Order: sequence, then structure tokens, then C-alpha cells
Amino acid sequence: MGKTLFDKIWDNHLVSQVGEDTQVLYIDRHFIHEVTSPQAFAGLEKRGIPVFRPQQTVATADHNVPTKDQHLPIREELSRFQVDKLTENCEKFGVELYGLGHPYQGIVHVIGPELGITQPGMTIVCGDSHTSTHGAFGCIAFGIGTSQVEQTLATQCVLQRKPKRMRISVDGELQPGVTAKDIILYIISQLTASGGTGHFVEYAGSAIRALSMEGRMTICNMSIEMGARGGMIAPDDTTFEYIKGREFAPKGADFDTAIERWSLLYTDEDATFDQEYHFLAEDIEPMITYGTNPGMGIGISQAVPEVPAGNVTFENSLKYMGLQGGQAMKGQKINHVFIGSCTNSRIEDLRAVAAFVKGRKKADHVNVMVVPGSKQVEAQAKAEGLHDILTAAGFDFREPGCSACLGMNEDKVPAGEYCVSTSNRNFEGRQGPGARTILASPLMAAATAIYGELVDVRELLNQN
Amino acid sequence: MEKFQTLHSSAVPLPIEEVDTDQIIPARFLKATTREGFGDNLFRDWRYQNDDTPKPDFVLNNPAYDGKILVAGRNFGCGSSREHAAWALYDYGFRAVVSSFFADIFRGNALNNGLLPVQVSEDFLHDIFSAIEQDPQATFTIDLEQQQFTIDATGQSTDFEIDAYKKHCLLNGQDDIDFLLSIKDKIETYEQQRQAAAV
Repeated sequence: MGKTLFDKIWDNHLVSQVGEDTQVLYIDRHFIHEVTSPQAFAGLEKRGIPVFRPQQTVATADHNVPTKDQHLPIREELSRFQVDKLTENCEKFGVELYGLGHPYQGIVHVIGPELGITQPGMTIVCGDSHTSTHGAFGCIAFGIGTSQVEQTLATQCVLQRKPKRMRISVDGELQPGVTAKDIILYIISQLTASGGTGHFVEYAGSAIRALSMEGRMTICNMSIEMGARGGMIAPDDTTFEYIKGREFAPKGADFDTAIERWSLLYTDEDATFDQEYHFLAEDIEPMITYGTNPGMGIGISQAVPEVPAGNVTFENSLKYMGLQGGQAMKGQKINHVFIGSCTNSRIEDLRAVAAFVKGRKKADHVNVMVVPGSKQVEAQAKAEGLHDILTAAGFDFREPGCSACLGMNEDKVPAGEYCVSTSNRNFEGRQGPGARTILASPLMAAATAIYGELVDVRELLNQN
Repeated sequence: MEKFQTLHSSAVPLPIEEVDTDQIIPARFLKATTREGFGDNLFRDWRYQNDDTPKPDFVLNNPAYDGKILVAGRNFGCGSSREHAAWALYDYGFRAVVSSFFADIFRGNALNNGLLPVQVSEDFLHDIFSAIEQDPQATFTIDLEQQQFTIDATGQSTDFEIDAYKKHCLLNGQDDIDFLLSIKDKIETYEQQRQAAAV
């Protein structure tokens, strides 16, 4: 019987079997950042052991960094200490660091692909649940806790239980104004925030195939939001074209050999999955969330669902959001827009936003924050004039980091206020205590910034 | 890691579903570089007002409830991979979390820190909540060797699943790194074979 893409890569990285369920998996690339690595390095020190394969780990500072004046010392003491600790650990253990001020610095899941470090067929881990992003290149990439960061640093392996396999196919053509972000929000709304738990997802179908690498990364990025261990897409010409010429990509004849190898990375026709879902691209509207987990999403034309009888969790969620069952979301007044995060801060996202806002101004009552995913995205946006367009529209164009996606630094949304965000989580307090997050695509976020309320971007595109 | 064999304790009920790790420990408290002290900020925004005064209606602030077991609704620990969530629960004093469903990464993180995730059926979870409702000091027994969870008052018990390897680790207080370091020769052999295959 044939093998799935997932099985091909997994089996190729199997070092050993431990008992019935657990396997030792070899890790090709390990990304680390300042928040989930210090305790792992401390563990190595306590044991008196080095990093086993330092050249296979790359570090950056992203979660906890300010997005203004990055050339100055970090003002907040604890944040500065944590970032300094990363620098100290990387020097001590011989790990490459793209820290603040480095031209390669940025959100860990933006820089890996952008530098060509992420390549098809690899196993990739990082102490961050959105590591699934790298699956867009046909990798097994997943988030781990700090104990496993320590395992990886110490042995370049992790102990894992092999997940089940799920395939989600999306076929057909997307309506104008509907993007990769809408596809994944739609899928999660159908499967719920726990629908993928225990599984590794392969995304397939003509609508997925038609996406750019940026779009594919957005899809794989949010796999964790339905509980899946990770998500992946078989590599193809779009993938190879993206990787070609990047800093750490194979060059010349090596690149041709790599393509031959990468071309074998697909699910065999007769391979089977533990779970399969099929969706039609035409059914997907521009999506928004109304609740406090990413599974609570609806199309922009739809009303907030009524509270199911006796469902306290759902009731609390609407109460937190200040919304009523049955109300329309279109027309909801919004005070904040955040464009950024490992889900949507790449150059293509900024191009989509700039194309929509060009020659327009933001609504007076809206604060708009644009946080590019990396120094390279920032530089590219400036070179293409996107920065000027956004600034002229009254958007606050900042420096790279995770920023208001998780509100670890000072970029926060005030309590009780609504923020349309291109990030990945609408949990209570995620963007700051009491903040009310509505997840959406960069295009929907751009339209919200201009109109100051939730709008159906399809109607606006039709007007043009 | 501390050994986990049996646990006999009262429990704290949290009948909320989809408790994500941002609720367990909000991101703004992840700036520490050691594993200790996160218990102070466990469930921070549910537990305290903005001015740091306790919210009286949150269960951790209700003196009627205490114990080393947290009982919560389905999909506990979803969202961020932050191991700080497991550290915060452990640091606060919990040694087991009972739910009808756990998110994968949280489950792994808990097991790596001596915090036992016990998955029971939706019906059994309901019975546990009822037992606590009848008597906030109701006790429960978790026997890891037997993989059994018991409501002491009624004697009602259920089996729970745990990976055989992780069970061994918890019973003996061993961690994964000890094990992986012990098979380093296998890891090196794997690397050499891969390199040979690539040439």
C-alpha cells in the first residue's frame, strides 16, 4: 500500500522505537527564540552538556521585543534581560543568532522560509505552536514545549507518539476578496478548535495548489488552532520557485539534485488517511471570528450563532466579546486594527493591504498597527513603496516582532475595545487584558481600517 | 522530575471548556528565565481584577475548594505550546489535571513535568463535578500503576490511558533527556547512515 507524504518524511527520520507507542524522531532544523529557550539552556548547564549539533539550530528574538526604536536598548527590564539571556546562551553554546539589529531578524516562522533554511522533506521543531507554518514546504514541522527544546538541543531528537493522518481537500475557485486566511478560518469553524487533535493534517485540492507560498504558510500556520499537531502541503513548482536563490537554499547543481529528491514528496494515490474532509472553495466567504477561540468563526454575511442551551463556555465567550446571539457582525464598529504575526506579516500580505488602501485614509477613530514579519519584509516593503502608501493612509508602520498577536511587549489593545487582527488567536486577553479580538484576513483588516467598521470586502471590490 | 505513583486528594472544579494556555498563564508573565514562580500568576486574569485584588467568584479564590487535582472541561490546554502553563499548574500545587479531552502539546508538556493528565469520559467527568458539588472536600484517588481514577465517596472508578513509556518515566521520576542521552550512539549511527545515503 502507498504512503502518505507525512509517513514518507516521518519514516525517514525514525531513529528508534521506544515501547509500543513512542518513537525517537531525528530533527533536521531547530528554531529557538527568547521566551521558550532560557530554561532549556539552563537544563543543559545543570547537566554539564553542550548543544549536540549547534549548526542545526537558529535563534532569533521576536516574541518579547519592542516594535519601535529597536536600535535603542530595550526599556522594559524583564524583556531586556530575557533577550540578553538569549544572546548570552547563543554565544556560550555556539548557536547562530539573528538578534535585534541583524538584517535577518524577524518572527521565527517568517525568517526560516525567507532565508531558505526551511526546505521540503525536513523535520523542524521550535518552542512555539505555530511551527506548523513550515509545513507549507512539505515538512513535518511542529511546536514543542521547553523540555523538548532541551531534548533537541541535547540530542537533536525528540520523543514522539506518531500522530494520526488527516487530509483536508479544498477544491474549486475562491471568490474575489476571499484569501488563504479565509480558507483556514472556514476550515477551523467547520472542524472546531479541537477537531484536529491527535492528527497531522495534509492540505490538498485545487484551491490549495493555486495558493502562493505565503498563502500556504498562512494555512499551515493555523493548523494548531484546530488542535492538529501540524499541517503540510506537498511541494511543487511553486515551492521550488520560492526556495530558489534564497540565502541557505542549495545552489546550482545541488539545487537540481534537491528538486529531484523533493519531487518524490507526495502522498501516493493508494495511501489512506485516518480522517478525510472535503470543502468547496466557492462556499467560503470572507471570514471573521465572533468568540474567544479560533473555531468560533462565521462568514461576514452571517449572524452570530445563538447560545446553545446550557452552554456556559459559549455564553461566557459572547459576554466577553460584548456580542449577542443572532446579531449581525457587518457594521460592527472597530477601534483597532493589527496587521502582523506569523500568520499574516509577509510581503504578499503587506502588498494586499497596500493595494486596497492606496490613496485612501483610515477612519479617524481607528488605530492601525502594521508590524512586518522580518527585517527583510520591512526593507522590501520600503523598497516597493508600500511603507509610504500605508503611512500616508495613517497606518503606524513598525519594526518586526510578534507584537500585538500575543501582547507580550507594549503593543496591546485596551480592555473592552475591538481589534480586527490578522493574527491567529482570539483567546480572552490574548492582545491585552480585556481586549476583544476579531480574526480576519489582511484584506478584511485593511477594509476595516478604512471604514472603521466590519465590512464585506467583496462588495467593495465589486464597486472598483 | 518527581515520581508520581498514587495521589489521594480533594479537587478544584473548573467546569469551563476550551481552557487555553493563555488563560492558564497570560503571555505577559512569560518573561522569567527560570521554571519557578509561575504559580502566582496561574489563571491570572480569571483570578485577579486589574488592580490585583482577587475576584471572589473564581474557584481558586474560594476557600471551600482546594487540593492537588484540577478538574476541567474538554479541550484543556489548547493554544500556545508554552510549557509555562504546566509549570504554573505544578508550581501552584496541582499534581494532576482531569478532563474529558486534552490538547496534544499541553498533554506532552504536563507529562514532562510530573503533572499527570487524566482523560476520562464526558459522563465520568460529569460525575466528578457532581461529587465535588455535593461535597467540596470530596476526595479522589489516582493510581498510576493501575491506571485508575476513583471517586472515593462512591467507589466509582474508571481506567485511563497513558503511553507505556511515559508511565514508566513518571513512576520512576525519569525524564526524556536521560533516555535520549543514553541512546546517543544510535542517534550518531542514524546520522552516519543518512549522510552515506545522500552521497
